Amino acid sequence: MTNHWIDIGNADVIMIIGSNPAENHPISWRWVEKAREKNGAKVISVDPRYTRTSAQSDIFVPLRSGTDIAFIGGMIKHIIENECYNRDYVAEYTNGSFLVDKGYEFDPETGLFSGYNEAERAYDTKNWAYQTDAEGVPTRDTSLTHPDCVFQKLRAHYADYTPEAVSEVTGTPVERLLEVYETYSASGEPGKSGTIMYAMGATQHTYGTQNVRSYAVLQLLLGNIGLAGGGVNALRGLHNVQGSTDMCLLFHILPGYLATPVEADQSLQEYLDRVTPTTNMPGSVNWWQHTPKYMVSLLKAWYGEAATAENEFGFNWLPKNGENYSYIALFEAMYAGDIKGLISFGTNPAVSGPNSNMERAALRKLDWMVAIDLWPTETANVWREPGVDSTAVDTEVFLLPAASFVEREGSVTNSGRWIQWRYKAIEPVGDSKPDTWIANMIWLELRRLYEQEGGPNKEAILNLTWDYGDGEPDAEQVAREISGTALADLYDKEKKLVARAGEQVKNFTELKDDGSTACGNWLYNYYTREGNLAKRRDTDDPSGIGLYSNWSWCWPINRRIIYNRASIRPDTGRPWDPEDAVIVWDPETEKWVGDVPDGGTPPGTILPFIMKPEGVGRLFGMGHVDGPFPVHYEPWESPVENKLHSTQNNPCFKIWNSEMDLKGEKEEFPVIGTTYRVSEMMQTGAMTRFLPWLVELQPELFVEMGQELAEERGIVSGEHVKVRSARGEVKAVAVVTPRFKPFSLNGTSVHEVGILWHYGYQGLATGDSGNLLTPHVGDANTMIPEYKAFLCDVQKA
Amino acid sequence: MRDKVATLIDLTKCVGCRACQVACKEWNGLEGQTTSNRGTYENPPSLSPETWTKIDFIESSGEEGVDWTFLKQQCLHCTDAACAEVCPTKALRTHPLGFVSLEEDRCNGCGYCAEFCPFGIPQMKITSLLAGTAVASKCTFCQDRLTSGMEPICSKSCPAGAISFGLRNDMVLKGEERVAALKESRDDGAKINLYGANLLGGLGMMYVLPDEPGAFGLPSDPSGSYSLAAAWQGLLQPLGGILIGVGAVTAGINWIIARRMANQAVAARAEAGKGADRD
Amino acid sequence: MEVTRRQFLKRTGGLAAVAALPAGVALADEGKGYRLQRPLGTIPTTCTYCSVGCGALVGTEGGKVVSIEGDPDHPINQGALCSKGMAMAQIPHNPERVTEVLYRAPGSSEWEEKTWDWAIPEIARRIKDSRDATFTDRTPDGKVVNRTEGVAFLGGSSNTNEECYLWVKAARALGLTYIEHQARL
Repeated sequence: MTNHWIDIGNADVIMIIGSNPAENHPISWRWVEKAREKNGAKVISVDPRYTRTSAQSDIFVPLRSGTDIAFIGGMIKHIIENECYNRDYVAEYTNGSFLVDKGYEFDPETGLFSGYNEAERAYDTKNWAYQTDAEGVPTRDTSLTHPDCVFQKLRAHYADYTPEAVSEVTGTPVERLLEVYETYSASGEPGKSGTIMYAMGATQHTYGTQNVRSYAVLQLLLGNIGLAGGGVNALRGLHNVQGSTDMCLLFHILPGYLATPVEADQSLQEYLDRVTPTTNMPGSVNWWQHTPKYMVSLLKAWYGEAATAENEFGFNWLPKNGENYSYIALFEAMYAGDIKGLISFGTNPAVSGPNSNMERAALRKLDWMVAIDLWPTETANVWREPGVDSTAVDTEVFLLPAASFVEREGSVTNSGRWIQWRYKAIEPVGDSKPDTWIANMIWLELRRLYEQEGGPNKEAILNLTWDYGDGEPDAEQVAREISGTALADLYDKEKKLVARAGEQVKNFTELKDDGSTACGNWLYNYYTREGNLAKRRDTDDPSGIGLYSNWSWCWPINRRIIYNRASIRPDTGRPWDPEDAVIVWDPETEKWVGDVPDGGTPPGTILPFIMKPEGVGRLFGMGHVDGPFPVHYEPWESPVENKLHSTQNNPCFKIWNSEMDLKGEKEEFPVIGTTYRVSEMMQTGAMTRFLPWLVELQPELFVEMGQELAEERGIVSGEHVKVRSARGEVKAVAVVTPRFKPFSLNGTSVHEVGILWHYGYQGLATGDSGNLLTPHVGDANTMIPEYKAFLCDVQKA
Repeated sequence: MRDKVATLIDLTKCVGCRACQVACKEWNGLEGQTTSNRGTYENPPSLSPETWTKIDFIESSGEEGVDWTFLKQQCLHCTDAACAEVCPTKALRTHPLGFVSLEEDRCNGCGYCAEFCPFGIPQMKITSLLAGTAVASKCTFCQDRLTSGMEPICSKSCPAGAISFGLRNDMVLKGEERVAALKESRDDGAKINLYGANLLGGLGMMYVLPDEPGAFGLPSDPSGSYSLAAAWQGLLQPLGGILIGVGAVTAGINWIIARRMANQAVAARAEAGKGADRD
Repeated sequence: MEVTRRQFLKRTGGLAAVAALPAGVALADEGKGYRLQRPLGTIPTTCTYCSVGCGALVGTEGGKVVSIEGDPDHPINQGALCSKGMAMAQIPHNPERVTEVLYRAPGSSEWEEKTWDWAIPEIARRIKDSRDATFTDRTPDGKVVNRTEGVAFLGGSSNTNEECYLWVKAARALGLTYIEHQARL
């Protein structure tokens, strides 16, 4: 989230799209209600079916799964044509005024940008760039009228996304579309704010990144980023998915979102030259210019005294990526037999992965698997999935009992980036152990083996700092390592001592690239010289807008609303919305009051989007493989042709070719399928299907469908039905409801059904997983699977 | 008169998340029941000795579109409480704080409360099928929390803030203000009403309803039951000493009612196909 | 950490926190009182389900968890929790929970109970053997890559930050490249 949960209560309009917060983040509804109470906020629910969220929204509009870009593109057109955008914000705080390279082109007929190579399914992106002057400064036209400027390119890009054309794609009636467009666009008025609450309904598509990009473009046009009650707010899933993302248990990044080295990075310098951005833009802070400090401090945290300037701080001990190793690729490699062993902790891919039949088969090809969990998950028991001959499965499985959340301590990070400390309440039950203990024991044993036997690149293992005792590591010791420590006395620019060797750093501004600081994650300075700030429980809120700045600690640098300098008018230096001001410049003290600002200098001195080299928000988004503006394409499996462009699918996502990577066609599978969760179950169900109170509430897998489809197939609500896709079949209870209507697409009626993915063959409530149906393809940029739109068929069981 | 407390359940805020259902089980130590999906999100199908509160999922559709409303069912804690009136052992009593308390150890399982409740709330838990004994169960307004100075677990837990708790007068005022505000702001606000401000001497749990009470199966005038109970009490009262003296007769009446409850339970189990209770 | 007795009533959603209640109303004195069925939460935690990050208080008795309810001081949830959060008390002592080290041998149809002393060396041995057998120190054209594509790591959005950090540190030091988790899903 750019903002945070409580801040939803400051919004004037709330658009809920690609998420179902009343269902999946029920406490968020407290703050939706607060926005109504405080601002008379309008709440808009955009969803394929009428949900528990829709039930308490002011406006519900249906949207066929996978058509967000058409929907939002139409709104962008509406905003530009009706001049609902925040002109000053767009001109000064976005790249709307920047002139685009003359070689950039978009063909609205095909839906392709210039530079596409069909054989490689990739673009040459060199023209997705700004025009610059002789000094390398981007050329701008703040009147936004130059035909090359981003704003005019954006206007042209969505010229064909008329309400009528959008309606034929999304299935949303024209008048309902306009109702949403008008209601949400009202947040573009200076002083008003609108927030977007989104989740997996946006991301789980072959163009998921571009779905989110479309929200960002919308919010930038309306001047809603950086303001209280604004932002692009991802409602994330598990309780520490934000923290695990920040710690970067992901193939392409190291803790703090530092790029993982690749083969081309043969030295630290080559790596830093490649990944550290530079800028000629006046007023741009370009925060990532500090990358060398963060990378060297990470290497010092990992390799301690063995990391020296002479050996490039141990840079070459780190592995270098050769290709895309993301989740789908991982299971393709496992299915191909290339992965021998798997360590899986607190995760249940046999239920959560797309095309579960394939992923389960892949798991059974492993030589060994270590599963660390509280529960006997489907993954750990994949060798005895019903119908599988366990004697033919050669995989060794170690199922290690993990301590539960009340049996160990440590911090977890919520979706609003708050890092909160959790205390231990009881001893681990039975023989269960905290993950830190398990990691420590395995590592100590591995280190012993490498000391005795050696092995390739053994220095990477033997030199690793690992001094956590011989039992359960102290979570606060690890917290200090993550947060950053001075290895030598540190001085500021005025040569004043700021930290003695061995002390914690105050924050990332004290980190150095010379090896005099160690920091496991530059974003996470929660354990400082003042102590463990994640433990703070101060319930005062002097901000008046719910920042609660002394409750826990949030990254970055305890800034509760990021890009908050954009909440200040470029002309007056005063907040757009004085009543809900995020920061205010106090000329007396010459300091900002309120939230931690994105840079402490006076108003008008720096550009607000400090993480972008050009200092402004990107309407024109470079850095994505599939284009600088979002384009509507159809899901990989779709019952209709792309009405807006002749290119059917996103041109850049990877298509896999194993014998289990099957694609369904509309003739055999005419119904759109989508997957989702319910309030009473969590994710794969491992954490809920063993609890009688929750199993009572949602005892079985169900498929939700409209009355029209049920009637066509002779299905009665409450009876069991079969849902089939090209990849699998599930048995589920039919929940037939008027809340799910067929979509009328230019006279054609298309049915959609929704199926849960919480179930499996273990637990008190067992059943099939909806993911037996979903395809093994993912987003062109992130590779997040396309769980949200596929083809299926429904029949009486 | 002492200050009474009450809760106000606002159906125009409830999202049907069922935190209250689980919260009630958590605090009161009630077991999860074996259920099946019957083509709806709603479960368990009805109140029971192990389920003192539940959300009804009420779906409707028409010209205007679709509606999905969530009605929290539990004891409404009448001031003029028929159940307390007919209870021969004072296991059920109206508490000065404005709720109907239940002391299971005083209950003789007669089942009159279940018969007379105008809302069909009390459930009889069969303690022995052979002996034909049972004990009444229902929401106690978290009587232990309340009399220890804490609010009930359901209102405390409600994510959306749809269940408010406080002094009864304040809750009536809050309900009236909410209804007035919604009538003003909503196009479909004409039917919004406050249920329970004055019914049966005032309910301890009131509703803000988006539609007429009948749309949620709530009687618009539940007073008949109380009158009947009062009359019953008038009849029983003079006979009380004799009846209680004649143990065999009392036991006989109890047995008849307990058996009826048992038969209902057996029938329900057969209907559900998977067993109505975890044995 | 435990909250103090003084904070006790406030933290359990005490009536004193209801603004409308006149000062000095001692409810327990009015009519019959009832003993609390279970000890109230005193130890702060955060909910183990979604990413809202609600605060909860854990109540224990005899080393066992007997109640978990929302933390009224918490600025986000203000004492509330959803159905999943309110069910958390059924986690720690759940009879279905795995509380012993279990091992399933190749081709076997059963789990065997094992000890940690047995499991840790067995696991370390497998990690080392698979890593070493699949390790690439240089590409065919001589570039140093020091990686293995033969062992994968998956997890853990259910882990603490400190756990995630230790796991990622260990996995990268081993040269693993297939490091992924729920955030990609």
